[in-house]
Amino acid sequence: MTENDNGEKTALILLGCPQVPVQTSMALYLMHGLKQRGIRPVIAGTTAARKLMEVADPGRYYLDEMTDLDDAIDEITGKQRDFDLCFVFIHNDSGIAYAGTMAYISKARLYALLFGEHAEELAGEIEFPCEVVAAKAVHNPMPLKRRLDEVMQQWAAVSKR
Amino acid sequence: MGGCLEAMKPEIILSQASFKEAREYIKKNVREYHEVEPGYKIFDVHIIGVPPLYVGIEGEHLIFPYTKPCHGTFVVKVPGGEELARLRERKGK
Repeated sequence: MTENDNGEKTALILLGCPQVPVQTSMALYLMHGLKQRGIRPVIAGTTAARKLMEVADPGRYYLDEMTDLDDAIDEITGKQRDFDLCFVFIHNDSGIAYAGTMAYISKARLYALLFGEHAEELAGEIEFPCEVVAAKAVHNPMPLKRRLDEVMQQWAAVSKR
Repeated sequence: MGGCLEAMKPEIILSQASFKEAREYIKKNVREYHEVEPGYKIFDVHIIGVPPLYVGIEGEHLIFPYTKPCHGTFVVKVPGGEELARLRERKGK
């Protein structure tokens, strides 16, 4: 059974190492945007990345399901589950590697969200099909937020057609 | 590191590399290597990256890339056990 059998759209948000400050803030912002559009977000990430999310949203206004990175990959490769959308937060080579893996194993529409000091250089490393959303954002999330807003506005335009 | 892999006390051949560097290392330095798809599981860890991804065999040991979200990709060497046969059976796939 896949996530989509009940008609509910779902999005996997794959968090990388949380050492760059904007990640947690942008993930919460993205979940807000998805929920507004009726898309249920599922977070997969390292223990530290998930704890940062839990502490930032104690009332669980945005957070729903959270899972371990390896468990999420197990479920997708085992064909037990898949998602409509997948967002991978990337600020290092490992992030590129995880996004490339998702491009291969999942049928989800893939978005590579690149941030940090070397966002543009990392974007040049992407050689698999996905939509690249990149901004040099380390402490200040606004450059990446603006890029993500543009993407979400495109969804609105498409859904109105 | 995955608990199972960590318990095997892997030899670290290359540390904090990129997944492409790990790919090139295995291709250049391990005589027998097999291509696997992203997400292929060895013990309790997945092989992560963009194809082609390689897992090497040297004697009774496996040599493969292990990607950690915060620390990049390592090339590790561990006793292969039953994973050796499983990998070789994939030949030609």
